[in-house]
Amino acid sequence: MTSDDGFRRGAFGVSGSGDTSGFGGLVRVEPGGAVALHSTDRPYGGWFDEITDVLIEAVGEATYAAAVQRVLVDRGEITYFVAREHLPTLVQALRDDDALRFELLSSLSGVDYLDSGGPEVTPGRPRLHVVYHLTSMTYRRRIRLEVAVTAEDPHVPSVTGVYPTADWHEREAYDMFGIVFDGHPSLTRILMPDDWDGFPQRKDYPLGGVPVEYHDATIPPPDTRRAYR
Amino acid sequence: MTTTQDPYAGSRETTEGRVYTVTGGDWDQTFGADRGGEERLVVNMGPQHPSTHGVLRLILDLEGETVTKARVTIGYLHTGIEKNTEYRNWTQGTTFVTRMDYLAPLYNEAGYCMAVEKLLGIEIPQRAQTIRVLVMEINRIASHLVGLATGGMELGALTAMTNGFRERELCLDLLEEITGLRMNHAYIRPGGLAQDLPPGAVESIREWLTIMPKRLAEYHKLLTGQPIWQRRLKDVGYLDVTGCVALGVTGPILRAAGLPWDLRKVQPYLGYETYDFEVPTADTSDAWGRYLVRMAEMQESLKIVAQALDRLEPGPVMVADKKIAWPAQLSLGADGMGNSHEHVQHIMAGSMESLIHHFKLVTEGFRVPAGQVYVPVESPRGELGYHVVSDGSTRPWRVHVRDPSFVNLQATAAMSEGGMIADVIAAVASIDPVMGGVDR
Repeated sequence: MTSDDGFRRGAFGVSGSGDTSGFGGLVRVEPGGAVALHSTDRPYGGWFDEITDVLIEAVGEATYAAAVQRVLVDRGEITYFVAREHLPTLVQALRDDDALRFELLSSLSGVDYLDSGGPEVTPGRPRLHVVYHLTSMTYRRRIRLEVAVTAEDPHVPSVTGVYPTADWHEREAYDMFGIVFDGHPSLTRILMPDDWDGFPQRKDYPLGGVPVEYHDATIPPPDTRRAYR
Repeated sequence: MTTTQDPYAGSRETTEGRVYTVTGGDWDQTFGADRGGEERLVVNMGPQHPSTHGVLRLILDLEGETVTKARVTIGYLHTGIEKNTEYRNWTQGTTFVTRMDYLAPLYNEAGYCMAVEKLLGIEIPQRAQTIRVLVMEINRIASHLVGLATGGMELGALTAMTNGFRERELCLDLLEEITGLRMNHAYIRPGGLAQDLPPGAVESIREWLTIMPKRLAEYHKLLTGQPIWQRRLKDVGYLDVTGCVALGVTGPILRAAGLPWDLRKVQPYLGYETYDFEVPTADTSDAWGRYLVRMAEMQESLKIVAQALDRLEPGPVMVADKKIAWPAQLSLGADGMGNSHEHVQHIMAGSMESLIHHFKLVTEGFRVPAGQVYVPVESPRGELGYHVVSDGSTRPWRVHVRDPSFVNLQATAAMSEGGMIADVIAAVASIDPVMGGVDR
């Protein structure tokens, strides 16, 4: 059952059926709800506060307030949700400040949250997220930055100037999600053919597939099989 | 009489009609005019080429035999595994990710499962952790042997190839005995392992442990002292620490540049901090250093396997939580591996509740609380990271794999430009990319 408060209750779309397996009492947030909506208040705990203070000092309080929309500490990992226009300032400080030293961009990936933050697909919602995993080899720490943009205006500044390794990562995120990284030296498709239409890893792009006959039964393609929410 | 300008076929009208003269001499107009007599040659190498280490395409600008520009094209092995995992339940994901970096399947499984376990907030039994370390280190040796074998073949050292695959077969025999499959094992599952070590496996591993050191010593006799091998590798494919970090390169390439960055040491997981092993490094930053680092890493992996065997204690290999643990036990039947007869008897004739439980967990799968994690492991090629997002359902919302081959391959241009074309082969071989992982 979908409700307006961003939570779903029960399994199989049934509630109040006397399901004793435990699945009936299950409560979960809407797709992307937990990561897209929640935030953590200070103190974050451990070294999270330390690097946050250093970061505020490095970029200035006003810039930090404008740049970092929310901070989420979950499962021992810290995520800074960043406004895209301030991303270059932030990563430059994160890499170069003596007390931060996030020298390595471990990973850059796109995520399509589709109906993040609500039950319907709404134009203008920042459904496309770019997730940066930064590693400090000096201090052996990892943090995550997340930038969210809409599908109508999917522009994010490129970080290739600060982290040259972002080159192929950003091309992959463009190829799969259609996120445009402004300032990338040559933003072209990398895994799909150059003339491919659409962005395959967006949630509204079908998986594809054909029915398969096996032992006299026809098995439908995976994306049309019965699914359990 | 009119003549139209066509670089390929000039034409003119005659009494017999229009006549074309095909000349094809446009090379000078295209390249000759603005290059001032320089010898510039663009060579397309691959994607089907025996020396590109897989379906990799290199586009090389040459002046004589010197590479002035190297461009890399990938994507020929793209399979859409990341997207596919979003349409299968969490346990089925293991079967997909194991096929990415097919020379290090157990690292893919371990990284994925550790990410799912972190999302679930569960800790797996000690025995499962030890066996994971055990099979992963056997896998590391198998992977390095293939890197050495194919790299040797590409440089013309065919004995390195035949020997490398011979020793790798010993490793695969072990993995087959333990997991049931030579590759693509799907042995490590969220919550633990598909099954315990079979009877006799420990003895087989111990026997293997007595054979391997002698065989690895043979490689030093065969290759390390050999002048041709040294000359093909030394000062080739140079990339220093700064270059490595800027380009995100990890694994043996980074360690051959002198930085002892090994996630098993610096951010330990699965109890690696309790094992006694060294992180081999070199300070040459070239293909030779990478060769030596990989050779030394195989020795260290043997040490870890021996220690893991010694500390194996009887116990469960899957979490006790019935809402997560796979309900069936596997057994080897006449037609291959399948559910054990006792289990089928139990659910079909013994217990209705067990049948319901089995059905729900196998068809629907378990649910994973919403959130996202990033879990890196040290694969034979470097940092293998799993960024897994859950929306709280029975399927992953997103699985992104930071494959070390994908990232390391970006260094091809930096390693090759300015060198000889023959050294491009040595440089790419020293990166040891696995295209299944690069393209996913």
